[in-house]
Formats: sequence, C-alpha cells, structure tokens
Amino acid sequence: MSLGFVLLLSLLIFCIGVAGVIIRRDPIVLFICIEMMFNAANLAFVGIARATGLVEAQAIAFLVIAVAAAEVAVGLAIIIAIFRSQHDADVDHVSSLKG
Amino acid sequence: MNLSILILFIPLIPLLGALALRLLGTRMGKTVVGAAATSTVALSFALSLAALASLSGMDPSARHQVARFFTWAPGLGGGIGLDLLLDPLSAVMILVVTGVGSLIHLYSTGYMREESAGEYARYFAYLNFFIFSMLLLVLSANFLVLFAGWELVGLSSYLLIGFFRSKTSAADAGKKAFIVNRVGDLGFLMGLLAILAIFGSLDYGRVLPQAATVLAGKGSWATLIALALFLGAMGKSAQVPLHVWLPDAMEGPTPVSALIHAATMVTAGVFMVARCHALFELSATAMAVVAWVGAVTALFAATIGLVQNDIKRVMAYSTLSQLGYMMLGVGVGAYTAGFFHLFTHAFFKALLFLGCGSVMHALHGELDLTRMGGLRAKMPVTFWTFLVGALCLAGFPLTSGFFSKDEILWEALASPHGSALLWAIGAFTSLLTAVYVSRLVFKVFFGAPRDRHLFEHAHESGWAMALPLVALALLALLAGLLGLPHAWSSHQPFAEWLAPVFSDIHAAEASALPPSLPWLLMGLYTLGILAGAGFCWWLFVAAPGRSDRLYALKPVAWLHRVLWNKYWVDEAYQALLVDGPLALFRWLWRWFDQGLLDGLVNFAGFSAQAGGATLRLLQTGYLRFYLALMALGAALWLALVFRLL
Repeated sequence: MSLGFVLLLSLLIFCIGVAGVIIRRDPIVLFICIEMMFNAANLAFVGIARATGLVEAQAIAFLVIAVAAAEVAVGLAIIIAIFRSQHDADVDHVSSLKG
Repeated sequence: MNLSILILFIPLIPLLGALALRLLGTRMGKTVVGAAATSTVALSFALSLAALASLSGMDPSARHQVARFFTWAPGLGGGIGLDLLLDPLSAVMILVVTGVGSLIHLYSTGYMREESAGEYARYFAYLNFFIFSMLLLVLSANFLVLFAGWELVGLSSYLLIGFFRSKTSAADAGKKAFIVNRVGDLGFLMGLLAILAIFGSLDYGRVLPQAATVLAGKGSWATLIALALFLGAMGKSAQVPLHVWLPDAMEGPTPVSALIHAATMVTAGVFMVARCHALFELSATAMAVVAWVGAVTALFAATIGLVQNDIKRVMAYSTLSQLGYMMLGVGVGAYTAGFFHLFTHAFFKALLFLGCGSVMHALHGELDLTRMGGLRAKMPVTFWTFLVGALCLAGFPLTSGFFSKDEILWEALASPHGSALLWAIGAFTSLLTAVYVSRLVFKVFFGAPRDRHLFEHAHESGWAMALPLVALALLALLAGLLGLPHAWSSHQPFAEWLAPVFSDIHAAEASALPPSLPWLLMGLYTLGILAGAGFCWWLFVAAPGRSDRLYALKPVAWLHRVLWNKYWVDEAYQALLVDGPLALFRWLWRWFDQGLLDGLVNFAGFSAQAGGATLRLLQTGYLRFYLALMALGAALWLALVFRLL
C-alpha cells in the first residue's frame, strides 16, 4: 500500500470532519467531527513514519492523541456548562461574542 | 545736598507719595490726602528749583549731570541701569511738570471734593504716580529709562482716563488711549532695538554724540531709526493719524486732562524728538516727516475744533493742534522754538482746562456749550483767567503764546528745513485757533444764558481752584518774556539756557529774508487774530441766531457735517481696523476652524467608527462561520503555496 493512498484517505477523512463541523449544529457531532480531523492527521503522520522510517512522526501522533484527550475533557466540560446555563446545546445559539 | 542725590529724590518723593496714598490713603481722611499729595509734588518742585539753581551756577558747557543709581545690565554697552540726567532740557521739563503739577494737585483738592474718601485717595495716588513717571521720563539718561517712563506715563494716563470706572465710556476711552499708544510704542521699541544693535548701547552719552559718525556709512538706518522713534512720539503726542485717543481721553477728570493730556504727558513726544535731535538731524526725510505730520495735525485738529460743542473736546482738539505746532517747530530744526511753545503751552492750556473744569464744576458737570452763556458776571475769576488763557492760545500780541507761536512760524519759513507751504499752513491754523477759542469764550461767558436753571445755580469756585487759575494766568502772561523775538531783543534767556543742549546744531543764520519781514508777519498774525475774533463776535454775540442761519446754508452745512463728525476718522478706523478684521476672523472661525480643522478631526473619528462598524459584521458569533472562514483561508493559502491559482 503506497503512501499516496494513505494520504488521500487522510485528506478525505479530514475534509469530512471539516464539512461536519461546518454543517452540523449538535455539539456532540461537532466533537466527533473534530476527532475525525485529529485522526486524519494522525493517519497522515503514521503513514509518513512508515514510509520514511522517521520516529519523530510517530511520536507526534502520540502527542496528538494526548492533546485530543485533553481537548475532549475541556470541550465536554464547556458543553455541559453551556447546557446548564442555557438548557440547550445548539452551537448556533451560543453567539454572545457577536460583534 | 549732593546734586546726584537731589536728582534721585525729585522723582522718588512723588513715588513714595503714590505708594503711601494707595496703601493708607483711605484711612487718612480727605484733607490729609489732599495735603500730602500736593506737598509731595510741591517738595519735588522745590528740589527742582534747587537743581535749577545749582545747574545755573555751573559753566554753561558743563551743565550735564549724569547719575547712576544701580546697574541693571552691566555687560551691555557700558552698563544699563537707572541713569538720570540733569541738563538744561530736563531741568525745564521737571520745573514744568512739578510746577504745573503742584498747582493742579491743589486745584484737584477742590475739584474732587465730592468723591468718596476711597476714590479721593485713589485719584491722588494715581496723580502722584503720574508725576513720578513723567519725571522719570524727562530725567532719563538712557533710552531704557526713557522707555520705562514712557510706558509708566501711559499706564497712569490709562488709570486716570478710566478713573470714573463705573462709566463705560470712561473705561472704553482708557482702553482706546492705551491701545492706540501700543502702535506708537511698537515703533519706539523697534527704534530702541535698532539703536542697541547698531550702537551696542542705549546710553544717551554713547549714542547721541556719536550718531553722525556711526551712522555715516549705514545707508538709510538713520532715517529708519528716526522714523521709528517718531512713531512713538506720534502715539504719545497724539499726532495724525494716531490722534484719535486724545479727544476721548477727556472722559477723565478735568484736572487730569489739564495735567496729562495738555500740559505734560502729551508733550513727551516733542521732548523726545528734541532730546534725540542728533538722530533726527541726520535724516532730512525724517525731519520733513516730523514737520509735515506736525503741520497737518495742527490744521486738521483746528478745523475740527471749530464746530465741537463739548468744551473739553474743543480744548482737546486745540491741544492736538498746538502739539502739531510743536512738532512743526522741532521738525524744521527749531528745537528751541518748539520747546518754548511746549513751555508756554503747558501754562496756558493747563489754565484753559482748569477754567473749563471750573465752569463744569459750577454747572454740575455740564459740558455742552450750547447750554451755557453769560457766565462772565457769575464767575469773574474764572472768566478773566480763562480770557488770559484764550488770548495766549490765540497768540494775541504780548502774551506768551504770541511769542512762541511767532517763533515757530518764523522758523517754518526761514529755516532750511522749512518752506512757504509749511508756514502758510501754520499761519492759517493760527487764524482758525483765534476763531475756535473766541467761539468758546463768547458762547460760555457772553450773550444771554441759554439754560436758565443751570445759570441760576452757577457759582464761582473755591480758593483751592481759583488760586491755581490765577497763578497759571500770571505764568501764562509772563512766560513770554523769556523768549522775546529776535527782532525785539537780543537777549533771550530761554534760548540761551537751552543753547548747550542744542550746541551741536549749526543753524544757517544768514537768512535771505528781508529784516522787516518779521514785523510784517507779526502784524499779519495780529490782524488775523482780530479778524477771527471779530468774526466770532459778529456771528455768535452781536445777533443771536445768525450762526444758525449761516449753518443752514448748503455748503456750510456740508462742511459743518464733515467737521462735526471729525472727518469720520473714528468711523473709518472702526470699519477698517475693528469691524473688518472682526468679520474676517469670524469668517475664519466659521469656515477654517469650525469647518476645516474641526471637520478633519471629526472625520478621523467618524471613519474609524464607520470602519469598525463594517468590520464588526464579520463577528457573527457563529462558530461554524468562523470555521468556514478558517477553512476557506487555509484552502486559499494552500492554493497559493502550491500555485494552483
């Protein structure tokens, strides 16, 4: 399996993630889409590591997994906080920073 | 006493008097205030007499005493400080200032009697302060002290013109005098700075004797300096076109008009030109300007004086006219003659003003001569002394005015700087002088009283006011003896006394004019005076109503209107110098300041606001929108990096 296919798959998953974040309004789905983008990146890293034999790329993939875990923890906390204050978790209703 | 200490005390005593009266005067009571103020000036007068005596004891060429009391700027051209100079010229001036000054102080004690104690003390403090300033001016030994005195008399003049401070017209007149004098003083200051730049000193002793040699190779600097100084003299001596302040200055108390605006301060310009004659002599142009400004002022003011109805204003225009004579005199190089007229004029014009004050006092402040008449019998002392003053002013033979005016007119004709035209203007003005002064005398003292009520209440003034009138009348009559015409006497004490001061002038004595001419001219002037007085008698006294019929004639009425409105000079100044610039500045304020400048500032603020409001539309608050923009941005960036576009 060549590197080109791996990267193409990674790009596809990433684009699905972006499109999902833009289109969907449910915060949980948003999270899933963000995870998809993370993992698309991880896939690209790991694929490049395998093709080139660089250890650093694998290390970065681990780093991304750790950051993603922390991000989920913080993000879920924020969603719960919003839900508590607004009894609603639609991201389009969270626009108090509007200029 | 040491002479230099004496010189210091002459101005110092009135200054101390002024300070004491201003600080403590309200608590002293009117009698003490009046006595203290009068005695300080009288003491100064006594010291001036002593100075005169010690000066006349010296050799004529050594009559030049300079005393320095402290040095203010040691590094500047031999040092500049409080330097006072006593020489024949300043000796005459201090005698006039303190002599006439003490008489007028005495007169004021009666004239101002009805003021409150506080006002009374304030008045005398200012009057004493004026005497100090004037003495400083005339005793100056360098241009800086002269300038200080010059400004201080301006200040005292301002304070005294606006003395009745609850009157708006008096306050305005004070401001007008001060502001018009700024124009002249600017010129004076420029002259001073030019002298300092060229001579490196302001000391008379280092400037005037060397003026000819230092300025010889400097082109037109001599003319520029002389004209700049003369601009100062024009302001202070109220020469055309800076004359407008003097008639308005009559808003002040009458003794002030007599002392400051007739006898002393306004002659400072003539004194200054005489003092700086070494500079003026260097430039024929400057001399011609001085002479012509003087002649024009003399004629111009005399014509206005013909028709005014306010007795003090008639006197004010007469003063302008006589100052013009003095300027004409010094302008044709006849410093002694001009200065002699200053000397005699100080007596007779102070006398006339005090006479006006006495009439006003008797008539409860009435100034309009159309409401007077027939006061001759009611006020004999005022009438006779006023008549003496009027004869002197008109230049009636054997009075002092006759001799001094005759001398000026003769020099205007005979001097190398003079001309027949200057003489003709002067001679015609002397005819006009006779007309306006006889009109005044006839209307005030002769004929039937025009206002019964005022006439009934008229009374002669008290001794404090009558005594100065008599003293000044005697002085006015006798002062002429000091300067008899050359044709009458070879001995002229006044000219001989001043000779050391003007010794540097080489008069072209050998005149081509026939020796009988002076006699002929004197006869001519006398005829002119008699004709003028006779005309006024015919017009105003012989048949009441004749003057009204004359004024009704069309050309006369037109002329009367022009003169009554003083040639509209005040109106022209108002339009050109006040309203015009005011309109311009108002326009600039509206269009430039409020329109352009404020517009630019407001535009800066507005554009920032508008830009912010537009950009704010991007901040929708929708997470998805931000992310979409971010993705779009990333896509564009990638496209640019990989050159896909």
